[in-house]
Amino acid sequence: MNALLATVRRDILLALRRKSEVLTAVFFFVIVTSLFPLGIGPEPVLLKKIAPGILWVAALLATLLGLPRLFAADHVDGTLEQMALSPSSLGLLVAGKILAHWLLCGLPLVLLAPVLGLQFDLDASALGILTLALLLGTPLLSLIGAIGAALTLGVRGGGVLLALLVLPLYIPALIFGAGAVEAHIAGLGAGGHLSLLAAMLALAVFFAPWATTAALRIALE
Amino acid sequence: MLKVSGLACSRGERRLFADVGFSLETGEWLHVQGANGAGKTSMMRLLVGLSPADAGEIHWRGEPAPSLEFRRDLVYLGHHAAVKEDLTPLENLRLAAALDGISLDERAALAALIRLGLRGREDLPVRVLSAGQKRRVLLARLLTRPAVLWVLDEAFNALDVGAVQLLGELIAEHLAAGGMAVLTSHQPLPVPGGKALVL
Repeated sequence: MNALLATVRRDILLALRRKSEVLTAVFFFVIVTSLFPLGIGPEPVLLKKIAPGILWVAALLATLLGLPRLFAADHVDGTLEQMALSPSSLGLLVAGKILAHWLLCGLPLVLLAPVLGLQFDLDASALGILTLALLLGTPLLSLIGAIGAALTLGVRGGGVLLALLVLPLYIPALIFGAGAVEAHIAGLGAGGHLSLLAAMLALAVFFAPWATTAALRIALE
Repeated sequence: MLKVSGLACSRGERRLFADVGFSLETGEWLHVQGANGAGKTSMMRLLVGLSPADAGEIHWRGEPAPSLEFRRDLVYLGHHAAVKEDLTPLENLRLAAALDGISLDERAALAALIRLGLRGREDLPVRVLSAGQKRRVLLARLLTRPAVLWVLDEAFNALDVGAVQLLGELIAEHLAAGGMAVLTSHQPLPVPGGKALVL
């Protein structure tokens, strides 16, 4: 467990030394979600209808931006090799790296979402559901993305391949995440959608680090 | 302690080596020799368990490796710098230890860096250091990580005369304390004794 926390600390420290890489994803999210209301114009009904989908798609693409770098730097400089040979289990270290990725690329999106949602005329309770759905959904995006990042490690043109590989797997999260807010606005209650998101998250927390570790070991051969 | 038998490795269609075997006891070291492309690095990677062998067995303390015990007893330093350019040497050492589940206090880390001749460089980002100094940061891990088996792949590259001498001393001390080492190098090594394995 200490090794997991040490990995989180290390990755956050590294990110703080290179802030631009983290800020790119956050700025991308802010700009994309702000362009839609500007482009569509002041039509509250339409904006309210498309808000959940747009915020979710933007969050999904912003997460994707940071993914190729998740393991690439450690692979190039050989620290990944050292992790694989460490007495700590590689699975724990990988879990730590995924957690750090979420804290750097996912959590800021969750925190910004309520503010950005205001541009779409969402009311307070809808903003609450949106934030909750993103809180459950963004870790899921990081976990699934990590598998893709590990599988495409060291592959030429890996970035494009990563998007092709990971985006289809993001679709369930997108459907239930955006669906939760839509259901709430329609007065149907978001409980079912959120429960399904939470179930997918629980499943991913269990399996994704394991699958990522297996993929990394293949990449290191 | 370390027993390797019948190790074979191929890259694509080409067989690099086959039926490689050796054994090491405490205080012994092995010099792996061979021309460029003979498979020295591949051999080292098979030995530490980074890549699977085509055939052969590796036993550590009588147990098949790679086991958890083997990883605990092993330090492997490969071709890579394996240090983070944005961190200082001190942070690099301490975080690497933390990832291995070892807590390393600042004084011990500093002592290791000073031994490696990096006094006054401990708070600079590694990115501004020279290739040889980066290598020294990596080598400092030999002092901060308690391990029995040192597997050093071309560890003498990019080192100046003084550092080669120093690394030789470190290895000799390690062997005298009951350690073991497997080294590859093209140059004659400043470590007495040792078995040779030619690939």
